[in-house]
Amino acid sequence: MSLLATNYLTPTGREEAWRFTPLKRLRGLHDGLASLGNHTSLYSRGNLATGVSFSLESLEPLASSDDVIIERIRGISPQVSHLHIAANSEISEPILLGRRGAALDSAEHSRVRISLGAHAVATVIMENTGACLLAEDLEIALAPGSRLSFITLQEFESTSVYTARHHAVIDKDAQFKSITITVGGDLVRILPTVEFISPGGSAELLGVYFATAGQFFEHRIHVDHAVPHAKSRVNFKGALTGRDAHTVWIGDVLIRAAAEGTDTYELNRNLLLSDGARADSVPNLEIETGEIIGAGHASTTGRFDDEQLFYLMSRGISLEDAKRLVVRGFFNEIITEIGIEEIINRLMVRIDTELEKAGA
Amino acid sequence: MSTLEIRDLKVSVDTDAGAVEILKGVDLTIKSGQTHAIMGPNGSGKSTLAYSIAGHPKYTIVGGSVTLDGADVLDMTVDERAKAGLFLAMQYPVEVPGVSVSNFLRTAATALRGEAPKLRTWTGEVKDAMQALNMDPAFAFRNVNEGFSGGEKKRHEIMQLELLKPKIAILDETDSGLDVDALRIVSEGVNRAKDKNNLGVVLITHYTRILQYIKPDFVHVFSNGRIVEEGGADLADKLETKGYADYVSN
Repeated sequence: MSLLATNYLTPTGREEAWRFTPLKRLRGLHDGLASLGNHTSLYSRGNLATGVSFSLESLEPLASSDDVIIERIRGISPQVSHLHIAANSEISEPILLGRRGAALDSAEHSRVRISLGAHAVATVIMENTGACLLAEDLEIALAPGSRLSFITLQEFESTSVYTARHHAVIDKDAQFKSITITVGGDLVRILPTVEFISPGGSAELLGVYFATAGQFFEHRIHVDHAVPHAKSRVNFKGALTGRDAHTVWIGDVLIRAAAEGTDTYELNRNLLLSDGARADSVPNLEIETGEIIGAGHASTTGRFDDEQLFYLMSRGISLEDAKRLVVRGFFNEIITEIGIEEIINRLMVRIDTELEKAGA
Repeated sequence: MSTLEIRDLKVSVDTDAGAVEILKGVDLTIKSGQTHAIMGPNGSGKSTLAYSIAGHPKYTIVGGSVTLDGADVLDMTVDERAKAGLFLAMQYPVEVPGVSVSNFLRTAATALRGEAPKLRTWTGEVKDAMQALNMDPAFAFRNVNEGFSGGEKKRHEIMQLELLKPKIAILDETDSGLDVDALRIVSEGVNRAKDKNNLGVVLITHYTRILQYIKPDFVHVFSNGRIVEEGGADLADKLETKGYADYVSN
C-alpha cells in the first residue's frame, strides 16, 4: 500500500482524461492499491555503439505532468533507466531496448529517459513483451539539431496492463519521429506527448493499433506548440475486431499565442472489422493565434469496403484473403515506416494471426 | 472449349423507391474463341449484366440462369466464379490502398492456380505482360489502382486478363477514357489473350471504335434490359451511322 500525497488525485472516471478508461482493469495502478514490485524489466539488447550509454541514474523529471499515475511513479522511483546518445554521434544501427514482463501480481513503476546530445542522430526501438502490470514515465530529450526515430512495440501478452506517458521535449531544430505500435495486452494506455521548447523543431507521431475481443487500447496524444515555427504531424490507424474490442484515440493539439508559423495536421482512421467493437476518436485542435501555416485534422471510422472486397474476389481471391489484404494494406503505410524487415514481417504475421483467430 | 450460357436472366437492384428490375430476360451464349459485342445506350443494363455475372452483391437475381460448362454460376461466390474461369474487366477498377500491384497479382495467381507461382518464372511473366502493354516496371510497386490514370487502370485490367488466363472475359467499357494509342495497346492485349488462350469475349461498349481493333463475331443491341437485335459485325456499322434511335423507343 502506498501512502503518497498524490492519492487524493485518484481518478474516478468522470475526469476528461479518464472518461474512456476502464479503471478497474488498471488493477490498482490508478489508485495506488497495486502492490509494489521491485523489478526493472527494461534492458538494452546487443552491444552499445560508441557514444551510447545505458545506465540507472537518479534524475529529476524533465517536464511536469498532471497525470496521476506519472506523479505516482515519480514518487516511487527515484532511479531512471537512462539511454544517452552523446552529442554529434550518428548511430547507424538501431539501438534496441527489450522488455520481458514477468510479474502480474505486483506492479512495476518504471522511469526511462532517452536523451540525445546536440546534433546526435539515432533510432531507438523498444520492444515490450511478456506479462506485466507496468506503469511507465518515459521522457525523451532532444537537444538542438538532434534527430530521433523512436519505435515502441507493445507486443505484450493478453493479460498485461501497461499505462505510460511517452513525453518528448524538442529543442531548437530537432526532429522527432515516433512509431507507436500496440497489438498486445489487456489494457494499454499510452500518452504520446510532445512539447516544443525552441523554434524550428518537428514531430511526426505515427501509430498503429489492432484490438481484438476484450482488449482496450487507448492513445491520448498531446502536442504543445508553445513556440514559433514548429511542425507536427500525427497519423494513427487502428483496426478492431471481436466483442468488446475497444480503442480510444484522442488527438489534442494546442497552438499557443506565441506559436506563430505553426504547421500541424493530425489524422486518425479506424477500421471496424466486426460487430461489437467500439472505436472512439476525438481530434481536438485549439488555436490561440491566426498567424500559422496550417492546422487541420481528420478522423474516419469505417467498415470493410464492399467494392474493394468484390474487386479482389473477382480475381479469385477468397473472402478471408481479401480481408487480410485490405487490413495489411490499411496498416502498410505506417508499418513500412519502421524500415526493419524483420519487425515489419513479425507485425504483419501477428495481424494475420489475430485476424484468423477472430475469424473476421 | 467452354460455354457460358445466360438464359432469361432477370436482375433487380434495390433503390430508395424499392426494387427496380434492370435486366428483363437476357439470353446469350458465349463460346471459347468467340467475341460478342454488346452495344446499347446509357442505362440500358449492359453493366448490370456484367456485374451480375461476376456476382456483385448489389444486384439481386430475380430469375433465369447462368451456367459455365453446365455449372451453376449464380450459385457460386465471387471468387469461385473467377476460379471457374470468368473474368470481369471493370469500367471503374477499385483502389486498394497499401496493396501493391505485384502482391495483388501474385495473390490472385496463387488463388487461381491453386499454388504460388514459382518466383523466378512469375517475375518474368509479370515483366513480359507489363512490357507488352507498354507499362513502366515501377508500376508493380504502386498500390492497386491508387492514383492511376484512366488509361493505366485499363491497362492494369488487361494485364490481369493476360496473366490470369480466364476462359470467358467480360470487358465493361474498357474503351472508355482511352486515347487512340492506349486503345490500340489495350486491344492488342485482348487479341493476344484470345489467340493464346482461346478466350471467349463479351465486349460491352457504346462505341464502334474498339471494334476496329477487336473484331466481333456477333453484335447484340441492348435496350431497356434485354437484347433487341442481333447480327454480325455489319450490325455495328449500321449502328455507327444510325445510332440507337431505332431501339430506345420500346
